[in-house]
Amino acid sequence: MSDMTPQEQQLVEWLADMNEDDALALSNKMLLEEGADPLRVLELCRTAMDIVGKRFEEGEYFLPELVLAGEMLDTIGKVAKPLIKSAPGEEVKKLGKVLIGTVHGDLHDIGKNIVTFMLDINGFEVKDIGIDVPVKTFIKEINAYQPDVVGLSGFLTLAFDSMKETINAFEAEGMRDKFKIMIGGGQIDETVRGYTGADAFGVNAVEAVHLCKNWMGVAA
Amino acid sequence: MSTDQTMANGSTMIGPYEQTAAAKAAYDARWERILACVRLEQPQRMPVGFHSFFYPAKHGGITYKELMHDYEKAKKACFDVVMEFEPDGVYPLLMGTGQGLALEKLDFKQLQWPGHGVGDMQPYQYLDREYMSADEYDDFLFDPTGFYIQKYLPRVAGAFEGFDKLPSFPGLHYFRLVNGIRSFALPEVRASFDKIVAAAEEVNTFFGHHTDWVQKINAAGYPLFNGVNAVSPYDFIADYFRGATGMMKDLYRHKDKLKLVLDKAAVFLTKMTITNAKMSGNPIVFIPIHWAPDAFMSPKQFEEFWWPPFRKMLMGLIEADLIPMPMWESDCTKRLEVIKDIPAGKCIYWFERTDMVKAFEVLGDRVALRGNLSPSMLTTGTPADVDAAVKHLVDNVWNKGGNLILDGAFGIPDETPTPNVRAMFDAARKYAGG
Repeated sequence: MSDMTPQEQQLVEWLADMNEDDALALSNKMLLEEGADPLRVLELCRTAMDIVGKRFEEGEYFLPELVLAGEMLDTIGKVAKPLIKSAPGEEVKKLGKVLIGTVHGDLHDIGKNIVTFMLDINGFEVKDIGIDVPVKTFIKEINAYQPDVVGLSGFLTLAFDSMKETINAFEAEGMRDKFKIMIGGGQIDETVRGYTGADAFGVNAVEAVHLCKNWMGVAA
Repeated sequence: MSTDQTMANGSTMIGPYEQTAAAKAAYDARWERILACVRLEQPQRMPVGFHSFFYPAKHGGITYKELMHDYEKAKKACFDVVMEFEPDGVYPLLMGTGQGLALEKLDFKQLQWPGHGVGDMQPYQYLDREYMSADEYDDFLFDPTGFYIQKYLPRVAGAFEGFDKLPSFPGLHYFRLVNGIRSFALPEVRASFDKIVAAAEEVNTFFGHHTDWVQKINAAGYPLFNGVNAVSPYDFIADYFRGATGMMKDLYRHKDKLKLVLDKAAVFLTKMTITNAKMSGNPIVFIPIHWAPDAFMSPKQFEEFWWPPFRKMLMGLIEADLIPMPMWESDCTKRLEVIKDIPAGKCIYWFERTDMVKAFEVLGDRVALRGNLSPSMLTTGTPADVDAAVKHLVDNVWNKGGNLILDGAFGIPDETPTPNVRAMFDAARKYAGG
């Protein structure tokens, strides 16, 4: 991003260092007292999240940091977004569209929610269609949303068959080649990827971002 | 199980079931194989454990819903599966799946189960929620029992909903005590007691069936692997109180209070586990571990928050002559050096996705090992794949002196084809049968 003022650098640093109290106090001051451009503040948040993502990949950060970062961004977003005076052309162009859901029979959503958040803050438009999603709902949502990537989530071993059934239904509908499919969840590995016919699997949210960026031809 | 009577022909009665001398010898040999592994003395043949949730239903041709609600069908399915595979130790299978009727009477809210939120052929699933808010740490710390009675129990089970009207007990005294009991007469409190008594009666009935099944497999020559389950202090608060994301944020926002709660929980969880294990008569305590995996927190957080209260608990159980069997879910490779810090020959460490060869290298002189055939291989692979995976563990762990108890990564997944289960037991006997 463009050169930062010392104050902006401070905000990025506090966000990236998980210094929640100071970061939120500063962002509130910038937005509510000093009239900072809300789009600029959100851009600073994305810069901080890039650092968080890198620290995650380097093994310095783990799930708690991704979750807390998500919470901080959500809090800042709630203050910043109402202040945005929408103007044509100012909206950030999204890298691609991802539709994500937990396959039928499985009610787990923690991993899916973290993947959704990480894709969102990394520039993807994400539609999360929830848990225990029937095959027909996936097909209906895909037809309406036209995603570039479909993410199937599942924590239980029963999800292996649900994922396979869901992907087979995409084939039967003649839509399989229109998007890439990634799968993820506690028990997912290369064996399950082969079994279900997915294009790839990821073991964490950052891998999901990498997969999507690669598929969209964006440098990861 | 204390009704043993030796009869003239050398057989024994366990409850209503006769245990022949041959079955007794088989029972003793199986149990001794497990205990030898714990002592780090490799037995003649590699023991094989049997742990599962809904596989017995699939194997026995009944629905998951029937396994949870029909005691007779459940006992038969769980008995037949033991007879077919002849494991050295059996998880108390009914304890894992047989409580459907009690859950209904209690109006239990933390689970959805077959016929109650999920389909008849789907396993029960836990609902990750915030059952205690972050600003209630002080209440919990000051008076955990009061917090349970007035706040926690009404949140997690509908039968307890009237308990939020009960008085706060500390402070009741003299005429204040007499006047303080008025709320027991409220209709909603009376209704709660009626529901709880009905649920408790159901749990009693369930326990009778559980005991009956245990006596029957014991008489047939098969020991229970473990008598009771327990939970680590961190997982107890994360799973059942704060919820996954709440707990992760607390590592930053409420770290001091969290540590105090974990210390307190370590004390009462250890006490409770010792009491329950002694009642069960079986020294092995199964402790499924949810929040230790490498990806879930940093090594520093693990050593600061997760491990100290759990180690305290492990040491308390060991000092009470119990054998803790933590089941380290997911991949815990980076934790191995830390969790090694316990006395040798006292625990079974069961690993789910941690590389067993690596675990053996680090922990082989410290603990018995259990596991860990991959769930994806067991459910989607062939008997030949299973055979090869068992051979890999025998070649690289057992034959190198590892005190390994073979099992699936988290027992037998519900969807496993029976030929693959058969292959696991056959391969154990083929490659490490003594």
